[in-house]
Amino acid sequence: MTVALSGKEIASKLQPRFPGSVVESSESSLVVKSESLLDIASFLKTAPDLDFDYLTAITAVDYYAYFEVVYQLTSIEHNHSLVVKTRCYGRDNPVLPSVVSLWRGADFQEREIYDLMGIRFDGHPNMKRIFLWAGFKGYPLRKDFSDGN
Amino acid sequence: MTLFDNYWIHFALFVVIILAFVLTMVMGFIYIERRGLGRLQVRLGPNRVGPFGVLQPVADAIKVLIKEDIIPAKGDKLVFWLAPVVAFVPVLMIFAVVPFQSGALLADLNIGILYIVAVSSVAAVGVFMAGWSSNNKYSLIAAMRDVAQLLSYEIPLVLSIVGVVLIAGSLSMTKIVEAQSIPFILLQPLGFLIFFVGALAEINRAPFDLVEADSEIVAGFHIEYSGMKFAMFYLVEYCEALAMSAIITTLFLGGWKGPLLPPFLWFLIKVVGVFFLFFWIRATVPRLRIDQVLAFAWKCLLPLALINLLITAIQVLVWGEALPWVIVLVNLAIMAVLVVLWSKLFRLGGGRVAV
Amino acid sequence: MAIKTEPFVLNVGPQHPSTHGVFRMRMTLDGEVVVDMEPVFGYLHRSIEKLAEGRTYTQNIPFTDRLDYLASMSNNLAYVLAVEKLAGVPVPERAEYLRVIMAELQRIASHLIGVGAFLNDCGAFMTPILYMMREREKILDLFEMVSGQRLTYNYMRVGGVSQDIPEEFLPALAKFVKVMPGFIDEYDQLLAENEIVLARAKGVGILPKELAINISASGPVLRGSGVKWDIRKADPYSVYDRFEFDIPTGSVGDCYDRYRVKVQEMRQSVRIIKQAMEQLPSGEVLTEVPLRMRPPEGEAYGHIEAPKGELGFYLVSDNSETPYRFHIRASCLINLTALSDMMIGWKVADAIITFGSIDICMGEVDR
Repeated sequence: MTVALSGKEIASKLQPRFPGSVVESSESSLVVKSESLLDIASFLKTAPDLDFDYLTAITAVDYYAYFEVVYQLTSIEHNHSLVVKTRCYGRDNPVLPSVVSLWRGADFQEREIYDLMGIRFDGHPNMKRIFLWAGFKGYPLRKDFSDGN
Repeated sequence: MTLFDNYWIHFALFVVIILAFVLTMVMGFIYIERRGLGRLQVRLGPNRVGPFGVLQPVADAIKVLIKEDIIPAKGDKLVFWLAPVVAFVPVLMIFAVVPFQSGALLADLNIGILYIVAVSSVAAVGVFMAGWSSNNKYSLIAAMRDVAQLLSYEIPLVLSIVGVVLIAGSLSMTKIVEAQSIPFILLQPLGFLIFFVGALAEINRAPFDLVEADSEIVAGFHIEYSGMKFAMFYLVEYCEALAMSAIITTLFLGGWKGPLLPPFLWFLIKVVGVFFLFFWIRATVPRLRIDQVLAFAWKCLLPLALINLLITAIQVLVWGEALPWVIVLVNLAIMAVLVVLWSKLFRLGGGRVAV
Repeated sequence: MAIKTEPFVLNVGPQHPSTHGVFRMRMTLDGEVVVDMEPVFGYLHRSIEKLAEGRTYTQNIPFTDRLDYLASMSNNLAYVLAVEKLAGVPVPERAEYLRVIMAELQRIASHLIGVGAFLNDCGAFMTPILYMMREREKILDLFEMVSGQRLTYNYMRVGGVSQDIPEEFLPALAKFVKVMPGFIDEYDQLLAENEIVLARAKGVGILPKELAINISASGPVLRGSGVKWDIRKADPYSVYDRFEFDIPTGSVGDCYDRYRVKVQEMRQSVRIIKQAMEQLPSGEVLTEVPLRMRPPEGEAYGHIEAPKGELGFYLVSDNSETPYRFHIRASCLINLTALSDMMIGWKVADAIITFGSIDICMGEVDR
């Protein structure tokens, strides 16, 4: 059975190394600041008893006040999983660091989030739209998207 | 001198016979192949047009005749128009020296088999013309593949023919058949195998049909053809199959010889039998990649053909008048040893090219 | 002296007999060797994620049918599992067993097409795929008995399955399970040690183990590279922990390994179905939930081992009738991440075979 690690427990592990980076934590997930996302992700991937080498999924949710990007991480060796979230505020040009350098599986998923939600990922080698054509205006999955109909 | 001894009457009569034979047999082959492939693939095959779908080739012919003739705008129009002609005419010319019966052929050339080898190579030019003039990258790839394949397989083909010629003592097709007191397939088993595989490659059939690989390059060199020109290429494919079956029958299976039935019927039965082998293989095996095809020709078939030629020459020289059955057994043993040895030594590997 | 060559761009375009749907690859070729490859997606994008935000949870089940349209039962199962996790709906025992039987039958059907299409790309001229279609017809007949459909079943519901099986289903299933291993042996007889299949597929399109984990591959692609990771064993859902079955893995990660993994998975699926049939209890098949259910606020991620990989649904609910966010973790899209790595340096024919061996369905890639 894949053990879903407690967000609070991981937050307490992160606290000494990355002070002030954890915004919120609960049993099911933890929320980190977007500036420290890459460092925390790198730590989660390489720490010997965490070993999160498999990125299951990345999703973005539009909660009007902010965008929340959810990372589902899994460790194949230890068979445990974790949910890490980060938020970015501002709807005009939200930017987050890209985790492609850690997990290549993020490649197409981050392009999809850019295409449909408009969040750019810094450090992505090919930040282009993936499903819609290059000249498309707007980001359809946002809650305030309207195509004029 | 009867009327039939007049050269031109003989010529005209046989032209009509050959055209009728080729067109009818090609239609028959198309039907046999589609129905046979269907049954081998647990489905029915054509069965709507006519009883048991016998009129299906007629329906196909009518369909291609009434289709629109599309010519690519930027293609080379003259070459585009000439390519089917250049591909088809040599194949038809092969039938001039194929003996249907003793003495029943258009021209009993005493260099019959050499004429066939020379003429059949011209079809490769037609294929390349088609691939180039279509102004399409897919057909260019296909044309390049085809030329490489045809050139490579000519050599083992010709060498295996030379083995037969050595035993028969003549290049003439009728004399080769008459020299077969026992069919040459028994005297030249290795030669038969090499010729059969080479023939499959020459006529672009599976497992060497990468020229028109449906799943990769979408119909290959005749992508841009439609209407009557496409019908010509389709005809070329089946005419070549018919020609190769006829040549194999003549060289290896004893031509028209056989008890009880009239000789012409034996010829037909053997031709259809060889074609059955052709489409049975098509339904069964996947296709090879171009570099594997070429490696197979140069590294496997060519050495085997040379060894076969050497052994045949020695046998003809040393055992010229010996009992044929001794030679049969010795040759079968040598074939078995060589085929097993080569399949162990030769790997059809591919390989990644460092980019 | 080397001959001067010039690379050219070949567009293996959206319309092509072997791209398994509408998928475009812009290949740069140097002769026959692939020098560069760029995949282009989006030809089948139907914005299912956005449409689902306007429909109730039960109304979204037919949308999931049309994701990987060759494995509809599995898609349905993944979605209703996620909703049940979100809303805390219990599922009766009989429904769980029926779900397992349907999911495993669907796995066999999907792998039959996957293997058949792969061999078709190898050039075996339709013969293997037609033989496998013959078996798939039997499975489709079974599915027609339960749901009335042959391709998009819409069978699972939140809290169980939509209707119980008719009485002719179990005898027909028993007959199918008895003859299927024989048919798999029949396919193996002609293809497993076939010289030409070995020459075309062995050592071609290799995906190394570390790269497979790094790109979040899943399903036969991951297992073919030697990673023993199957959601049915690692994170069992439904009643999979009550069955005994093996996880076939490859060693090298080439096309031949992926092909063998799929064939062996078919055998294991038959084993699971046999056990499920024996243990099938009687009882209800559906827990009543309101037609327009309102799950409590929260989020859930439910995933299953679909035939093509790990299919997951991430649902966010705001206590209204329609989901606030409906995200599909598409295994086929993620499996394609390393496509250019697997193709560069090989020839055109190998590129086509590699793409066929990953076994994708564009409905799931583009959604």
